[in-house]
Amino acid sequence: MTKDSTGRKFRVIVAKPGLDGHDRGAKVVAAALRDAGFEVIYTGLHQTCDLIANAALQEDADAVCVSILSGAHMTIFPELLDLLKKKGMDDVLLCGGGIIPPDDAEALRHQGVGRLFGPGTDTRDIVRYLQEEIPRRRPRP
Amino acid sequence: MALADEVLRGSFHAIGKAISLVENGAPEGRDLLERLHARVGDSLRIGLTGPPGVGKSTAVDEMAAVLRARGEKVAVVAVDPTSPFSGGALLGDRIRMSKAAGAGDVFMRSMATRGESGGLARATQDAVDLLDASGRTFIFIETVGVGQSEIEVSRAADCVIVLLSPESGDGVQAMKSGLLEVADIVAINKADRGGADRLEHDLRTAFELGLRPRREIPILATQANAGIGIPELVATVEAFVFARKASGAFQERRRLGMEDRLRKIAEFLVQKDLWGGEGAPERVKEAAERVLRRENSPYGCARALIREALR
Amino acid sequence: MSAPAPTRSRFPGTLVPHEQKVYSDVPRDLGKAGEYPFTRGPYADMYRGKVWTMRMFSGFGTARDTNARFKYLLSQGQTGLSVAFDMPTLMGYDSDHARSDGEVGREGVAVCTLENMETLFSGIPMGDVSTSMTINSTASIMLAFYLATAERQGVAPARLRGTIQNDILKEYIAQKEWIFPPLPSMRIITDMMAFCADHLPKWHPISVSGYHIREAGSTSLQELAFTLMNGFTYVEFGIKAGIPVDRFAPRLSFFFNSHMNFFEEIAKFRAARRIWAKRMKESYGAKSPESWKLRFHTQTAGCSLTAQQPENNVVRTAVEALAGVLGGTQSLHTNSMDEALALPTEEAVKVALRTQQVLAHESGLVDHVDPLAGSHFIESLTDQMETECEKVFGEIERRGGMVAAIEQGYPQIEIARASYQFQKDLEERRYLTVGVNALVEEGEKPFPILKIDPVVERDQVAETQRFKERRDGTALASALADLGGAARSGRNLMLPILAAVKVSGTLGEIVEVLKREFGEWREPPTYW
Repeated sequence: MTKDSTGRKFRVIVAKPGLDGHDRGAKVVAAALRDAGFEVIYTGLHQTCDLIANAALQEDADAVCVSILSGAHMTIFPELLDLLKKKGMDDVLLCGGGIIPPDDAEALRHQGVGRLFGPGTDTRDIVRYLQEEIPRRRPRP
Repeated sequence: MALADEVLRGSFHAIGKAISLVENGAPEGRDLLERLHARVGDSLRIGLTGPPGVGKSTAVDEMAAVLRARGEKVAVVAVDPTSPFSGGALLGDRIRMSKAAGAGDVFMRSMATRGESGGLARATQDAVDLLDASGRTFIFIETVGVGQSEIEVSRAADCVIVLLSPESGDGVQAMKSGLLEVADIVAINKADRGGADRLEHDLRTAFELGLRPRREIPILATQANAGIGIPELVATVEAFVFARKASGAFQERRRLGMEDRLRKIAEFLVQKDLWGGEGAPERVKEAAERVLRRENSPYGCARALIREALR
Repeated sequence: MSAPAPTRSRFPGTLVPHEQKVYSDVPRDLGKAGEYPFTRGPYADMYRGKVWTMRMFSGFGTARDTNARFKYLLSQGQTGLSVAFDMPTLMGYDSDHARSDGEVGREGVAVCTLENMETLFSGIPMGDVSTSMTINSTASIMLAFYLATAERQGVAPARLRGTIQNDILKEYIAQKEWIFPPLPSMRIITDMMAFCADHLPKWHPISVSGYHIREAGSTSLQELAFTLMNGFTYVEFGIKAGIPVDRFAPRLSFFFNSHMNFFEEIAKFRAARRIWAKRMKESYGAKSPESWKLRFHTQTAGCSLTAQQPENNVVRTAVEALAGVLGGTQSLHTNSMDEALALPTEEAVKVALRTQQVLAHESGLVDHVDPLAGSHFIESLTDQMETECEKVFGEIERRGGMVAAIEQGYPQIEIARASYQFQKDLEERRYLTVGVNALVEEGEKPFPILKIDPVVERDQVAETQRFKERRDGTALASALADLGGAARSGRNLMLPILAAVKVSGTLGEIVEVLKREFGEWREPPTYW
């Protein structure tokens, strides 16, 4: 289910941070989440971490999903995580996907980043993950 | 309630959460609106509608930039359709609102229609009320923009701008679909494209032929992506509002809008009690059986159901 | 109705009913290679005369790192250089700009100063190598860096051979690394075409690229139609700018993707040549046969590679490379097996290069010209590609041409829909990909990958700052002011850009001037 018993619909941000313009994955995931009943706020390309965090705040997002293929993940994820915390969004899930080597993903997980999905991921796995993880982190707004 | 105070202080975090509460129909959301309603009514609400791809988001973004520059507190509520198949939605209005998003002091919220058909979501006006109470002075309401049945916005906004472009026969479509009937101001966007003069001429002819006989509807040329014509558009909105306030038409429209909204809310509440209340499914089942046993007529039973629900 | 036969293809023509009779002797003149409309190839002798150019795209870290990789590749028998730039360079930010944070030298080499370009080509004779530069929004500035570096090596512009991608239309459509709105971008490109026609006779000023369109998830047909339409759009802008078509058209080159659907790819390449030749001759009045010939570079499909069981990617790449060769490509990049995981290691690059060397030296492929010609299936697919392509052209023309179609988001939405459909088909196992949704192995062992040292970014940032401190501020300010003036007046931009580069103007500084004059592009809202 993409809403809980109170009628809340899950709202997620799908964003492309940094300079890289490869938005195929982000768009596929956004469409898959929509078709699974999520309300997806798609920010478009070339977003700064600040823009993404502001969007999460104003949109009251349950999760922020970012796609990074530029190799800048070790800079962008920690910065974004830090901004979400600073703005009081400790309960908002930060996860993502792209070309991210396993040991980098592991290091980011220790810092508090959620799952990072690589090439070949079935979008239904992403849907399931968000459906389980969101209510766990944000039982009720 | 702490959240209400936070909203009054203008906290974006609190407003974000508060809008979700009213959007989800949570009881906390209704409590919030009760607590804040005395602070609602000072903002100006500007509706923006027009066909897809005409540049609504860009125009809002540019108008917001003009207003911010002179210290106004701006908010935007942008509505996109919910997929009837999945109940999900793809909300893409932030893509084009890069100035507003980048400024950090414009509150921008995307809303899915969640099944409403009039171009707005059921909770759009509730969200606007919350923003109003939070001290936002200009609130833009951007409709779905499917080009038809965008009537709701004329009841929710003090002034409605209809945006058209010379491309792809927008003008003819707008006349056919009744989009122009909600227009207080028309802006011809992408005015640098061929056909802008022709579109303006067609619109003026249509207005003269009595589509909107009682007052002059301003028609402006804009190129929103370059900011051209946007300060003039803002000025036209303000002149319109000034004149309407002077004549009393402003308050009259708000009252008519509120009547309409009250009807909708009342219907919504009655429906909720009727079909969602304690023991409702059993009562309907019983009533159906009574009709089939020829003990009562369908109308009689229905009236009885309403009486019970409202008790 | 029986269920349709399973196919991986998304092009309807590939499904010829197997009940259909095939005649081997249909009388049809397919012509020769090297003859209009060039279906069978741009040259009469094709690979008998010259094997395709083996050109591996590379670039990472600092200019020094990439310079070493170039020298290695040249020593391994590679015959042309191909530069990959990092994201900040592609987007017009200096390495020390805040927006470059974390991206310097990651996906390619950072070149934001003339000094960086000099390091990149140090010890490489620029008059002898042919260089391909994959850069678009900032192509004119990169070409200026290249020209100024060659000048310092004592190499005249007329001797420079190579290609600069400079295909901004496909950026709006697929790769999305844009800066300015479409019309000013087209002006920058037209200026470069005119400049190259006058000064760089051996240079290809645009490589019209379908590669990225396909990688973004398009079908083969969309790749073909959008790419060719982009090519025709450049031709139209060149003609409108007053450059005679036969002066610039022979220097336009193409860059296609070779994906896993073998026959479909071959037909796509053959149809591309025919459609281009016909339109150039009939619609644009080109008189020179050189203007009619479509010549192209091929890269195997990065998006067909899997992160699972990466060794299998060697086989995928070989099949795709074979399709490129049978389709008559002029040059070829073969992807490395580890590219779904990270930038390729030197070992993986070597296997990829060896793959095409095996094809060239051992398979006998180079002995024949268009060996599949006359095959019923290949010829009918080629014909259908052409017919379907014309339909897409019709839709784009109805929307007012490619620039207008891009502003309306048309090709973008079509591609987004196609890629989502493909993903759904994959997930519902209508297509099988070995290791991903079939023949999956649990607990794969980690694969060795290339890591970029964070020191690279620190060094490059420090170097950029030092470079800026050493300059003559007055000369630079007046060069940048002149550039702004040229942007406003419509004067050709190449000379003022070159002048700014020579007085140590950086990439970011030049882009800032142009942004002020031209504004920035915002993505159209698209729903897919």
